[in-house]
Amino acid sequence: MPLSARLYKTEALILRQRKLGEADRILTLYTPTLGKIDAKAKGVRKTTTRLGGHLQPLNRVVVQMAQGHGADVVTGVETLDSFRHMREDLDLLSRGLYAAELTDRITPEHVHSFPTYRLLFDTLRRLDEGAGGDTALRFFEMRLLDQSGFRPELERCVGCSRELEPVDNFFAPVAGGSVCRGCVPGLAGRRALTPNGLKLLRLMQRGSYNDLARVKVPIDLADEVERHLRSYIITVLERDVNAAAFIERLRRDGARAAVEV
Amino acid sequence: MHCSYVSLQGSDARMAMQEHIPITAAPLARLIEEFYKLPGIGPKSAQRLAYYLLRMPGAEARSLAQAILEVKERVVLCSSCQNVTESDPCRICSSLERERTVICVVEEPLDILAIERSGSYRGQYHVLHGAISPMDGIGPEDLKIAELLTRMRSGEVTEVILATNPNLEGEATSMYLSRLISPLGVRVTRLARGLPVGGDLEYADDVTLARALEGRQEMDG
Repeated sequence: MPLSARLYKTEALILRQRKLGEADRILTLYTPTLGKIDAKAKGVRKTTTRLGGHLQPLNRVVVQMAQGHGADVVTGVETLDSFRHMREDLDLLSRGLYAAELTDRITPEHVHSFPTYRLLFDTLRRLDEGAGGDTALRFFEMRLLDQSGFRPELERCVGCSRELEPVDNFFAPVAGGSVCRGCVPGLAGRRALTPNGLKLLRLMQRGSYNDLARVKVPIDLADEVERHLRSYIITVLERDVNAAAFIERLRRDGARAAVEV
Repeated sequence: MHCSYVSLQGSDARMAMQEHIPITAAPLARLIEEFYKLPGIGPKSAQRLAYYLLRMPGAEARSLAQAILEVKERVVLCSSCQNVTESDPCRICSSLERERTVICVVEEPLDILAIERSGSYRGQYHVLHGAISPMDGIGPEDLKIAELLTRMRSGEVTEVILATNPNLEGEATSMYLSRLISPLGVRVTRLARGLPVGGDLEYADDVTLARALEGRQEMDG
């Protein structure tokens, strides 16, 4: 070992931060080459911090790190993208936080996946551009599941392996995907899957984001697809994503405000 | 002596304690255990504090114990501003000298002390006791927001100053509150965000710099 601590530099998206001691924070970073890592940022809760502003969650940064005994320590940082438009709109911000939290919960530490980094970055950029917040989020969920090894089966029935008829089928997270009418009896947690719902899910799984963004999705169909993906994610994680509750809360408040007006 | 440790078994923290403490008198072990529960106190500090108390004069120890009991028994939340107080309503809420039309909303009671120290605010406060943190599952219902809205209904308030922390959770909280309060026809303001006094421009992040530019002010002659 050289006398000085080993320094390295990496690009990173900041997933989350936790308070540590008096003025420090532990950050969870997603990096293109090191995967998900923890980093200690010292003194960033004081007003005189030079690092703090750069180290806010959802920022894309270049960090300089010193290898420590436990977590590595941030010694320098520069912001590449602060996604300011997303940050200043509560609806978009809550979706960005959801994406970051889901990434944090589903990815293992120290396993790098450049596609996942790219996906999260693209999603934050799309949210920042403000176009189709929910479409961007659904696409993100489907692709992240894919990249993490939890790709739901949408081609065939997971029970009998036969191709699905273009009628109402079922989606059963516990079974791992779509199920035909014949195989569904006795399956827990299944939900009806409409032919359009299936088409849209398949498009998310196979098409590009631009293909998906061109589709005009009616509200009930968007709801159906969101419910399927959400229940699938809860099954995979064996828990809910906290930020989802806040997104729903904002929706409810918005709906109530619309009624009162 | 060994059996005195049976009571220490259980949680992980206690298991950890067991490795570090040699055979200790039971009351002392219990005190160490209590100190160990406090934030920022590890096993060694817990031992040091406990042994310090052991050597302390009885009167001082009793005074400390009394202070701990009193803080739990006599300190309550002010029913109006939710600050910690000995008398309800608190001194600020019941003061006749303070403006009643402005409410400054802060995250924690300590933030009030900081603002009071600046000596440049003469209005009322409201303590939220936290900030919205969607990723940690802390939502609006976990904060004293309903109490704030109740206060707004009196019609006396003309301005709400959002003084939550200038970080992601604080900003999210302020945006949420602004959505709730603006429709009530009350002026909603946010503490300015910009360059800290004594800081260096070159180290500022772009969000801070952009806000500092937007909030720039005319220099007097």
